[in-house]
Amino acid sequence: MDFLSFIIICVKVLLVFAGTLLAVLIMVYAERRVSAFMQGRLGPNRVGPQGLLQPIADGIKFLMKEDIIPDGVNKPIYLLAPVIMLIPALMTFAVIPFGSTITLFDREIILQIADVNIGILYILALTSIGVYGIVLAGWASNSKYTLIGGLRSSAQLISYELALGLSVVSIILMSGSLRLNDIVADQQGYLLSWYVFKQPLAFLIFLIATYAETNRLPFDLTEAEQELVGGYHTEYSSMKFAMFFMSEYANMITAAALTVTLFFGGWDVPLLDEKSLGMWGVILSVLSFILKMGFFLFLFIWVRWTLPRFRYDQLMKLGWKVLLPLSLINIFITAGYLTLTALK
Amino acid sequence: MATIIKSYEPTFWDKLYIPALVKGLMVTLKHFFRKKVTIQYPDEYHIPPEGYRGLHRLNKFPEGGIKCVACEMCSAACPADCIHITPGPSPSAEGKERYPVQFDIDLLRCIFCGFCEMACPEEAIELTEIYDFSDYTREDLIIDKDGLLEVFELTKDQKYYSRKNYTQESKA
Repeated sequence: MDFLSFIIICVKVLLVFAGTLLAVLIMVYAERRVSAFMQGRLGPNRVGPQGLLQPIADGIKFLMKEDIIPDGVNKPIYLLAPVIMLIPALMTFAVIPFGSTITLFDREIILQIADVNIGILYILALTSIGVYGIVLAGWASNSKYTLIGGLRSSAQLISYELALGLSVVSIILMSGSLRLNDIVADQQGYLLSWYVFKQPLAFLIFLIATYAETNRLPFDLTEAEQELVGGYHTEYSSMKFAMFFMSEYANMITAAALTVTLFFGGWDVPLLDEKSLGMWGVILSVLSFILKMGFFLFLFIWVRWTLPRFRYDQLMKLGWKVLLPLSLINIFITAGYLTLTALK
Repeated sequence: MATIIKSYEPTFWDKLYIPALVKGLMVTLKHFFRKKVTIQYPDEYHIPPEGYRGLHRLNKFPEGGIKCVACEMCSAACPADCIHITPGPSPSAEGKERYPVQFDIDLLRCIFCGFCEMACPEEAIELTEIYDFSDYTREDLIIDKDGLLEVFELTKDQKYYSRKNYTQESKA
């Protein structure tokens, strides 16, 4: 690797990192504002124009707050847990392609940090590590609410990760590759080549499972304010709480980006050949990616104010008795169809 | 007579839950674009409906004389015992013989029931639309005769808050 490509990678990492953090800030603001709008309120609109600087004010508040470490916690694990959750949350975005290729300095630059050939596996593995943060935080805090929250999240993730992984398997069968770039390339062309239209059932299962994965309503049993105070982060304050907060939003952003990449053609603009348009094609592709992602982020909040929380047994029933068999059937049908068409 | 209650059998579509889910999402989306109910208080004021029982005032005649004759019917009617009147002979020759030398209302004791304005034979005491009269000390919340007459000047056109809203708009 020469010096120039090293610089290019550094720039890409910085861009994606800054972009993710910015998206987290926007999401924190949007969450409150959209929630308010759906309840007929106005939400924060005082700090800056339209209240846009509210997340910065919140961030300063988190930094200035007293950092309480309660008695009786397991200190090393208590301190480590937020980090374990935040780092994988920020790392997952590394393999997601967010635009087509730019030609700069006589080289083709892919708009993606790392073109890993097992991109999907990488994401699934990292999101599973994030759960350790929740479970360890719940256990190390030495409090009943956090422990119940942590245990619930581990049980929930086991039951939904299966359905999530299996719904992705049907996509992998279609594209024949675990590399996210290949999956995006396979969805190029006209609108119906997006995988939502070819795999609607897999999309539905994937969408429901991501809500469970990111601990969002209707599956937010890990924090369930009404019964568990704050769930796994009850005993955390100040910046350590902010880290949990940030990683939750970063997880949502990755989940939205992954949904777009797997089912909505990634950065693909339908009926348009981005590569022939040069620079404009690149800008359009990034814009379309951001737009699609924005819709799914909005959907997270939208669903939050539409559906009530599931009871715990209902959650387990849905995961094991509905989503898992459905995704298996879906794989069976997809595989059968692919074999039959290959035989001809 | 026996009534046959038909139990509702959910159809296949009902059991899928997806149409219901989409319907629910549409409801929240409709609310998203609905007019917001928030009144941004220091910038705009809620205008209370007619008959609202807020801060008290002492009415005056158009010529300027005070209507109150210090009969103490209001303080007798007051269930919170918050009206304190010291009567005295009227200084002006406008027909009234008695008038209140002192007229204090303890706003912290007042329950804003409106019995005083019902008891008043001269329609002198009245409750106005003013609702934001908080203060920092208990002493400042005992309103005296001058204060009550000042409230009359502020509210005699019944447009205290709409006037305030108008000045806020012209400032912006």
